[in-house]
Amino acid sequence: MNSNVLISVSLVYVAFLFLVAFGADKWARAGRGAWLRSPIVYTLSLSIYCTAWTFYGAVGYAARSGLEFVTIYLGPTLVMVGWWWILRKLVRIGRAQRITSVADLISSRYGKSNLLGVIVTTLAVVGTTPYIALQLQSVTLSLAVFSAEDSGTGLVTSDAPATALWVAAGLAVFTVMFGTRNLDVNERHHGVVTAIAVEAVVKLVALLAVGIFVVWGLSGGAANVARMIDASPIAEWQLDGGRWAALTFLSAAAFLTLPRMFQVLVVENVDENQLATASWAFPLYLFLMSLFVVPIAVVGLARLPEGSNPDLFVLTLPLAEGHNGLAMLAFLGGFSSATSMVIVAAIALSTMVSNHIVMPLWLSFRQGGASVSGDVRNIVLIARRVSIGVVLAFGYLYYRFSGGGEALAAIGLISFVGIVQVLPAMLGGLFWRGATRVGAAAGLIAGFAIWAYALFLPSFGTALFAPEMMATGPWGIGWLRPQAFFGIEGMAPVVHALVWSLVINSALFFTFSLVSFPTPLERLQGAQFVNVFEHSKARRGWASGVAEAEDLLIMAQRIMGGAQAQALFRAQAAAQGKSGYLPDTTPEFLERLERELSGSVGAATAHAMVGQIAGGAAVSVKDLMAVADETQQMLEYSSQLEAKSEELSRTARQLQEANEKLTQLSIQKDAFLSQISHELRTPMTSIRAFSEILRDGAVDGPAQHHYASIIEDEAIRLTRLLDDLLDLAVLEAGQVTLNVQSATLGAVLDRAVAAARSATDGRPLDIRRDRAREDVTLETDTDRLSQVFINIIANARKYCDAAKPRLTIWVSKQESGLVIDFIDNGAGIPADAEAMIFEKFSRLTDQQKAGGAGLGLAISREIMNKLGGTIAYLPGQGGAAFRVTLPLAAG
Amino acid sequence: MAKRVVIVEDEPNIIEAINFILSRDGWDVTVHANGETAVDAVRAVRPDAILLDVMLPGRSGYDILKELRADPDFAALPVLMLTARGQKKDREMADALGVTRFMTKPFSNAELLAVLGEITAGA
Repeated sequence: MNSNVLISVSLVYVAFLFLVAFGADKWARAGRGAWLRSPIVYTLSLSIYCTAWTFYGAVGYAARSGLEFVTIYLGPTLVMVGWWWILRKLVRIGRAQRITSVADLISSRYGKSNLLGVIVTTLAVVGTTPYIALQLQSVTLSLAVFSAEDSGTGLVTSDAPATALWVAAGLAVFTVMFGTRNLDVNERHHGVVTAIAVEAVVKLVALLAVGIFVVWGLSGGAANVARMIDASPIAEWQLDGGRWAALTFLSAAAFLTLPRMFQVLVVENVDENQLATASWAFPLYLFLMSLFVVPIAVVGLARLPEGSNPDLFVLTLPLAEGHNGLAMLAFLGGFSSATSMVIVAAIALSTMVSNHIVMPLWLSFRQGGASVSGDVRNIVLIARRVSIGVVLAFGYLYYRFSGGGEALAAIGLISFVGIVQVLPAMLGGLFWRGATRVGAAAGLIAGFAIWAYALFLPSFGTALFAPEMMATGPWGIGWLRPQAFFGIEGMAPVVHALVWSLVINSALFFTFSLVSFPTPLERLQGAQFVNVFEHSKARRGWASGVAEAEDLLIMAQRIMGGAQAQALFRAQAAAQGKSGYLPDTTPEFLERLERELSGSVGAATAHAMVGQIAGGAAVSVKDLMAVADETQQMLEYSSQLEAKSEELSRTARQLQEANEKLTQLSIQKDAFLSQISHELRTPMTSIRAFSEILRDGAVDGPAQHHYASIIEDEAIRLTRLLDDLLDLAVLEAGQVTLNVQSATLGAVLDRAVAAARSATDGRPLDIRRDRAREDVTLETDTDRLSQVFINIIANARKYCDAAKPRLTIWVSKQESGLVIDFIDNGAGIPADAEAMIFEKFSRLTDQQKAGGAGLGLAISREIMNKLGGTIAYLPGQGGAAFRVTLPLAAG
Repeated sequence: MAKRVVIVEDEPNIIEAINFILSRDGWDVTVHANGETAVDAVRAVRPDAILLDVMLPGRSGYDILKELRADPDFAALPVLMLTARGQKKDREMADALGVTRFMTKPFSNAELLAVLGEITAGA
């Protein structure tokens, strides 16, 4: 068969795939692609798990290791059937969080850590590169088979690297065209998915066709084949339980963690319910894919010449029998397996590389120039495209320089062990809220390192690790032998590396998670991941805003405190015309609430919290409350401290004030005692001196009488002083009982004027009154009021220094009450003294003139207080002016 | 020659009593009721002793004492301070300002004469 024909057919096939992808994209954009959402398409897209390694390699695997190849199919089957709930959780999280890749999942779960994104991306690129190389190799090898058939040499043609390069370049073009059409990965690649679904059908049909041909065309039916199998070495194959379990686990874990599988399982998933169909349909697909593996292997071993590559039996059996058409179909099946894997892997890896490595680097180089969004969009697209090219270039280079020496299956397993290092961080992140970024990073790095050291690097052969190093360990350290850690031998390198890397990875992951503390964002993301179901069940739209508002209120109360939060909610509800505490969760209200909360927890957290509840996003209220509780405790603690320090300074201030007051009181008391002493001792001095003079009998006649009168006057003065002091003491102590009577103001004034006139000291005083205005009936203690009036009139008599002393008494009703003004025509009181005339002992003039103890106005003020009125000095009236105000109720 | 004494006091009845007592005892008495001009009066009279009240209109007895003591002519002048404010701190204040004697009102006439005689004995 001419290899040109083969290449032409391949190109036609590729062109067909382009058309399918293009058409599907077009349908999807036009909204006519309902069938694209079909669970069957989803299930078929999962078949990228079956790469060229599975298509060709399974037969080779069976030929070499018997039924061990079944583990490769068993793992994913167990995941689809038994771990269906893990998948569902992954898909739910992927959609809720808009996850774009495995690296994004891990990064996002652990507080959007870019470090983890970089680690997983690196791991994925390093782990997937050999796998891509494997696909290139298989395409090249299969092409070579046809070329060899041409020339009859049975050898790989010398232009194999060129073939691989062309294949890689073609795949890069296809992937760039259909993989980077949209920026948002969640918009999904309908074209690509549809193309790989078609490829899935092609490879299944091809393998089934070859199988049917082999069983019924070559071997004369199933019964004969069964007999052949019994007679073959495969029948003697012994099950190694540990190895079997390890490989099953490995393929199951890889099914979850392989970047390309994550791409089709989670990222390209359109509807969660697709999983339900896939959970039985995909195992069925795998079953069909594995159905004829053993027969082909057995028949191949029996019919093909010794030394034929069992990895190529699928091709070489039809070719050897001259069935070129069937061989062509088989070739297209293998080609499909290889290309679909490479395309999806390249998309998945390029997303990771551009999102976690290129973009962060570019942004940090740009230093804030990222504000131009269109600019960024272009950069991201270019980064994706370049990344695709780089990933495929890596694959090609690996293929070119590894020399293609390893059996296909071995490379596949090496890749698997590398990529499953993500498993602890992934599962831990899904099910354990205590998992932290530090734990994930520690586990991943350790697992990755062990994988590289124990499995990946040794796979390059003696170029990297010398045989003596493999045998005795680095620098002769035996327990560090790459394939026999701690001297434990007897395990196959793959199992050895798998066990050690995962054990140490998991141990570090748990240990570091336990000893490190999650950041708030990690905590929040952890809660969202772990409890994704609880809350997507409770997911609500705007329609059930009441429950939402209730949740918001509960949260707000924890953060702001009950009273404040309730007040806010009630006010907002009232503003919306609603009663009660629960306003509609309108954007305005949410914005307001966010602002209020951000005062307590900061804008970012407030936004996240409100967004989580109101946006219906995937965090349970319970989790949010845990965060809120912590915040509240911190706030409470700090406000307690604040309150305490406030209380302390308040107490200190009060003490200081009290101290000042006491000092003031002490000074006042001293001054008062001093004053009393003076007021008492002064008349006493005169009394004693004159008493002694009289006793001595040194004077007689008028002088005797004069001195006796002085003694009498001073005695009267003393008595009056004592009366005033007692009066003031009673008034100040508040012990006075008012004797309320009814009388007109005129009558009270009459009595006061008469009493003031009868006093001995003072000059004649012309008192002017308007009696008509004084006709107001009072209900008050008229004796006490009279006492105030007497004091004012007596003062006028004593102090008015006018040539013809005159006192005007003017009554008026004002807003403040009944006002009685007493204005004389004297010089008045100096402005600087106005403030102190109502203080005790504040006599302004000399002793002789005053005659009293200086308590009159102090007593008057106390009396007016008791009567509910006031007495005040009226400045600027020409003479001394006092205003007495009585409450109108009393007037 | 009779000894001169200036009485600085504002209570009329007390002035009258002291004036009577001292005059009867042979003193040449000058009365001054205003604190502000008291020092001038002392300078004019050049007395052998002063009877000084504390609470005076215009100026306190302490201020007057202070000014007198600041003047070399009156640094040693016998000053008998009379006060109705009989508190301890008043006496301390007077002592600090260099008062010769300090008496609290009321006093006995005989005591007043005795103390006055005592403080002017050396003169």
